[in-house]
Amino acid sequence: MTIQISRRDALIGSGALVVSFSLPLGGAQAQAGAKPLALTEVDSFLAIDKAGKVTVYSGKVDLGTGITTALRQIAAEELDVPFARVDLVTGDTQLTPDQGNTWGSLTVQLGGMQIRQACAAARQALLAEAAKKLGTDQLTVTDGVISGGGKKVSYAELIGGKSFAITLDPKQPAKEKAPKDYKIVGKPVPRVDIPDKVTGRFTYMQDFRVPGMLHGRVVRPPAIGAKLESVDDGALKKIPGIVKVVREGNFLGVVADNEWDAIRGAREVKATWSTSQTLPDQDKLWDYVRATKVAKEEEYGKTGNSAEALAKEGVKVVKATYDFAIHTHGSIGPSCAIAEFKDGQLTSWSASQATHALRKQLAQMFALPAEKVRCIYVEGAGCYGRNGHEDAAADAALLAKAVGKPVRVQWSRADEHGWDPKGPPTLVDMRAAIDAQGNITAWEGDFYMPQQTPGGFLVPLVAATLSGLPAADHIAPGNVFQNSAIGYKFPNTRSVCKRLETTVFRPSWIRTPGRMQNTYANECFMDELAAATNTDPLEFRRKYLDDKRGLELLERLAALAKWEKRPSPQKAAGGSVAKGRGISYVKYELVRTYIGAVAEVEVDRASGVIRVPRFYVVHDCGQIINPDGLKNQIEGSVMQTVSRTLIEELKFDRSMVTSLDWASYPILKFPQAPEIVIELIDRPNEKPWGAGEPAAAVIPSAISNAVFDATGVRLRSIPYTPAKVKAAMQAS
Amino acid sequence: MANKSLNVNGKRVSVAYDDPQMPLLYVLRDNLGLHGPRFGCGLGQCGACTVHIDGAAVRSCVTPLSAVTDKQKVVTLEGLGSPQKPHPVQKAFIDEQAAQCGYCINGMIMQSAAFLAKNKKPSEADIKNALANNLCRCGTHARIVRAVKRAAAQA
Repeated sequence: MTIQISRRDALIGSGALVVSFSLPLGGAQAQAGAKPLALTEVDSFLAIDKAGKVTVYSGKVDLGTGITTALRQIAAEELDVPFARVDLVTGDTQLTPDQGNTWGSLTVQLGGMQIRQACAAARQALLAEAAKKLGTDQLTVTDGVISGGGKKVSYAELIGGKSFAITLDPKQPAKEKAPKDYKIVGKPVPRVDIPDKVTGRFTYMQDFRVPGMLHGRVVRPPAIGAKLESVDDGALKKIPGIVKVVREGNFLGVVADNEWDAIRGAREVKATWSTSQTLPDQDKLWDYVRATKVAKEEEYGKTGNSAEALAKEGVKVVKATYDFAIHTHGSIGPSCAIAEFKDGQLTSWSASQATHALRKQLAQMFALPAEKVRCIYVEGAGCYGRNGHEDAAADAALLAKAVGKPVRVQWSRADEHGWDPKGPPTLVDMRAAIDAQGNITAWEGDFYMPQQTPGGFLVPLVAATLSGLPAADHIAPGNVFQNSAIGYKFPNTRSVCKRLETTVFRPSWIRTPGRMQNTYANECFMDELAAATNTDPLEFRRKYLDDKRGLELLERLAALAKWEKRPSPQKAAGGSVAKGRGISYVKYELVRTYIGAVAEVEVDRASGVIRVPRFYVVHDCGQIINPDGLKNQIEGSVMQTVSRTLIEELKFDRSMVTSLDWASYPILKFPQAPEIVIELIDRPNEKPWGAGEPAAAVIPSAISNAVFDATGVRLRSIPYTPAKVKAAMQAS
Repeated sequence: MANKSLNVNGKRVSVAYDDPQMPLLYVLRDNLGLHGPRFGCGLGQCGACTVHIDGAAVRSCVTPLSAVTDKQKVVTLEGLGSPQKPHPVQKAFIDEQAAQCGYCINGMIMQSAAFLAKNKKPSEADIKNALANNLCRCGTHARIVRAVKRAAAQA
């Protein structure tokens, strides 16, 4: 490709960019904190060394989603360097810019686009500099070498080992490459991490070690809120590796010089705790939710006057209530972290999705200035939101401080299931009015969900709470209001989020927070209204949608799933196994990724067991960076959400979580895994939007609607256990 | 502290231990520094810790060191193959890009390799049943099944 550099660029630099190639990077960067981190500096995101190797610095981290590959693709493409020449440093508070938590399917959409812009600005500056050096403005770039006028100069020669010193001005963004010229973006580049992961060469957080490190285990209370009354460590004397039993307030931990002795020590230490019964009766969970004080009512998607339209004479009013159980993240690898206090500085290694936020929390907990805390990301098992990684980091820090040596804390399975924060219970009441012509004239929803501390997403650290050290007092379920409002054009609509003062467990975000629960209720209720008006469910959605991309997606979904146009339920086919199909659709947060899904289900009438043999998904997230990585994420969203819809429910008694292992909190197993047929809509000239969690939003409702199609029975309480299915069928 | 001789990945190794009840998982990970077998539950419920003992897939998190003899051949994911010379099952997982976080993948590969060694032409249902006690939370099931099918077809 030949790039035309304007005469002005060639003579005076590159437009608004101030280019300085004079700052040596090596010496400055060796000093702690010296590397630029501001989101407005190219050097925050990018360095090119003397060998031409490109290092990209990303505050967004890879949680097993493949973004280390996708971000390299974006950078390599924009810089015109080979993919293999790009290295990536992620989630290190000393080296990477704070691009926000790795959440909300925003890594490519926000983080990747910041990196793309930094690369575009860098490339523009390099071309301008090359134009001066080569004496021509007719330039081509191949593999990091700029050619023009029969001469060549490489990126390494121009910038190698030096700073760009370019300020990014959002008002005058650098011109990015035209998508028609893409060679790397949009291609299914194989993931860089998979060969090492499948051969045991990859270093996960759980494998990571530092010199002189000890092993810690925590001993959690048997009840939430229980006080530690006494500790007897007599039994630990026979365990040779024990270093110290650490007690601070209600925090108890054991440190040993080897891992197995730490485990034995934690098992054998005798702790006496006060009794504590702070949890509601699980059988009456929804009464508890309904009775919880509403701290604030938030109104979304208000049009017209829905109350008046619902009260209008002659309309048919349809009502339904949906509930969605408490879920745990359930990482396959329990949380793990290492911490070291040295020379007044705390270094924390963890698999936190939010190292910059964790730094603030650890600084608060240990009364240190933030610059004395360095948090470094090391990839762990998938977390699907804010799980226990940050809590393990706090545990490790507390133990490390107590013993004066680096300590690694590995949570047990029971620690993870029992103490990671939970996806809160959600309850939704829906109402709609249908006029005599079968048109929807009103739509209302009341969504019961915990409040969110304004701007405060620091989920309190368990170790801080137990020990009595300073902790954030945020209630942070995430932006769970999203997708409570709908994208359909009904004349009178109103969604109200009733933000509850408190909830059962320490809440946090778990994949597709709120969007899943809200879309579940909205899209099931859409199906109920389609049935109430004897309309084909797909046709019903089209009737009320005026979004071109959404309509195209529904059309392609109908073709992919070979959708048979008819109202639900299907005419009773008889037999012991009822078969049906259900559809669901959403525009994520009403402003980005479009997803539609069709579920095929089989319901065993005698046992109440639901099988989901197949899912069809059509997905439009705009420009696709890596189609195979995207499919992998969509498949994951479908599988995990089939599991959450059919199986998962956290159990508890009045004191504590009782789902403490995989037997008491089962998840999807291979024989239950559906086939997943995906169609990607690629729009290279559009912005790349998020993928990963959007697809999960439509899965529960698609299943619910398919069960109704099969059996004529509505399921409104997640999970759809065989007992609930049987009860619903008997009641109908 | 006592010592025990083991055969791990074709090599004779000596491991120092205090408690004979220490699970094999900790011997492999902590004494020998291996990364393949992973701690997932410590209860034999998830399969992340799976290794081969004389070719059989075994949960190393619930296998005490005392139950392993020096005659038995212990093989971990590292011993199965390397990035340069992957085992056919490992290669199939790369070809199918069958991992998300990859934490469970050790178990998936070790379980599948042991299964395929005895079942040459498995159906899709056979594969799913063979992996029924291996858990994946990322939802990579479809790719894992495709990878095992691919490995079976190439065997």
